[in-house]
Amino acid sequence: MNAPAPALPLLEVEGLSVAFGRALAVDGISFAVARGETLGLVGESGCGKSTTALALMRLLAGARIAGAARLGGDDLLALDEGAMRERRGADIAMIFQDPGTALHPMIRVGDQIVEALHAHLPLSEREARERARALLGKVGIAAPEERLAAYPHEMSGGMCQRVMIAMAIACSPRLLLADEPTTALDVTVQAQILDVLRDLVTETGMGVILITHDLGVVAGMTDRVAVMYAGRIVELAPTVTLFARPVHPYTSGLLDCIPRLDSGWDEPVPAIPGSVQGAMDLPGCRFAPRCPRASAACAEVPRLREIEPGHLVACWNAP
Amino acid sequence: MARFLGYRLIQSAFLLLGVSIVSFGLMHLAPGGPLSLYTLNPTVTAQDIERVKALFGLDRPVHVQYLKWAAGMATGNWGYSFFGGRPVVDIVLDRLPATLLLMGTALALALVIGVAVGILSAGRRNSVFDYASAVAAMVALSLPTFWFGLLSIFTFAQTLRWLPAGGMVSTGGGGFVDRLEHLILPVVVLALVLVAQWSRYTRSTMLEILDQDFIRTARAKGIRRSRVLLNHGLRAALVPLVTLAGLQVPLLVGGALVTETVFGWPGMGMLFLSALNTRDHPVLMAILMVGAVMVVLGNLLADVLVALIDPRVKLGHG
Repeated sequence: MNAPAPALPLLEVEGLSVAFGRALAVDGISFAVARGETLGLVGESGCGKSTTALALMRLLAGARIAGAARLGGDDLLALDEGAMRERRGADIAMIFQDPGTALHPMIRVGDQIVEALHAHLPLSEREARERARALLGKVGIAAPEERLAAYPHEMSGGMCQRVMIAMAIACSPRLLLADEPTTALDVTVQAQILDVLRDLVTETGMGVILITHDLGVVAGMTDRVAVMYAGRIVELAPTVTLFARPVHPYTSGLLDCIPRLDSGWDEPVPAIPGSVQGAMDLPGCRFAPRCPRASAACAEVPRLREIEPGHLVACWNAP
Repeated sequence: MARFLGYRLIQSAFLLLGVSIVSFGLMHLAPGGPLSLYTLNPTVTAQDIERVKALFGLDRPVHVQYLKWAAGMATGNWGYSFFGGRPVVDIVLDRLPATLLLMGTALALALVIGVAVGILSAGRRNSVFDYASAVAAMVALSLPTFWFGLLSIFTFAQTLRWLPAGGMVSTGGGGFVDRLEHLILPVVVLALVLVAQWSRYTRSTMLEILDQDFIRTARAKGIRRSRVLLNHGLRAALVPLVTLAGLQVPLLVGGALVTETVFGWPGMGMLFLSALNTRDHPVLMAILMVGAVMVVLGNLLADVLVALIDPRVKLGHG
């Protein structure tokens, strides 16, 4: 836990850029994920978190993707579609935000899991069924035998998300991308789903990229955190360090925005003034228009630099 | 299920009642009337016309005529043709098989080809195939049926002499091959427009579905693209497609007016056209009512099929 920058990364992303037409949704980000490590990817809506994950899965239509993403020696972004299809689900899997719409409404959940198994594993129909039943048990679904025959609309959102997780881990991927896995769920269900995820990481040693805007989830789940703002990583640090000593003004702003239980009921919830600029070409630091510490230097793009071991920040005015 | 069907059948009965009143009324209001042709015939005297009117009950008030006719329709006595005096039931049953054969073949062909083309177009959006099928569909929809029919007769029957120009069987013929040869041209002409419609409709339905989250999930599993399209995409597309197919069931008995006329196909479309020309009310009304029943049944069938396909749909109170 709380590992510094990993020595032997499972996934190594270098200069990943994603452009839709003229809009740069992700602008040259680099990070790495180690085996058994959970990296949090946080930021406001539209900062490029989900786009990053979908780019790694190569599931973005109509986007220009540049950079490299090495997973076990292969550059995912350079594979042809056939080779990439063989990686999806087998090496790199993804779970999505809204379990209600992410499962096929007209296919029994058992068949959906079996299909994922058959995609990459040479199993007989009976073996696959047995495996699917075991997977449902693993993600904490009671009476998995009966649930195999259920349709998604017959289950709660939390159950559907458990099925999604079971489906994603079906072929034991090395890397799991979890895109806001608990955002659409009740708070109590959220905790259960996160428990399931945490246990799976411990048990299987897979790497996880956990995308969320919920700093509570980040604190409880991740080893390291990358904070994104308008398509760039502005700060990257071990979770404990980030919460203890945030350096980037945006990170501090985010942390200040967490409502406190001991604040008065009539005190306004703190917020960062302004809103995210469009992802069009904006010279210099993209946070500068909202930044309390902005200076003349911010007209130039700040690069990520290491200010202490494993703690990187992209800001001219940080200490 | 039984309750749903019962409810829908009662609902349908009232619907058909309304349709029958409106069609009967409109037919009565149409200028000319069933005996207008005879008034032009110098050998038919005014007394003859009055006599015929009395014979068919046409001198009675409209509502009496309607009630008499409706009671007859409901009990299977569809009346007699004004021209020739044959029972309407016999006339319609004579023509129905020809239309069922023609329309059934054309619809089945169009469904298979149209849906396949639509799926491929959606699966390869903006590809050469997609654009080519869009242009082809546009051309097919723009070609007037009578012109394309005549052109195909000219080309394949007149010039190349590969296929017969019209009719259902050759005089003295009637073997399977002979019937098949007669079927080809009208089926192709009819199916062309249907294929165009179905390919476009399937494409847009599929595109909408391919945008859904569950398709992204399916792709994230790493299954083959064809499986994503068919097992996940087409399965979801079946619901709107089946509904549309249900709406086309009436075509099976309505026949294709223009195609049947161009090819001299002795079906319901031609029957309707000739009955229209002679203002043969009993025949016209019978065809209209059979058409209305098919609309109702087609929709009912589509609803039941959708409930069988889509586990989220439970047949309730209609």
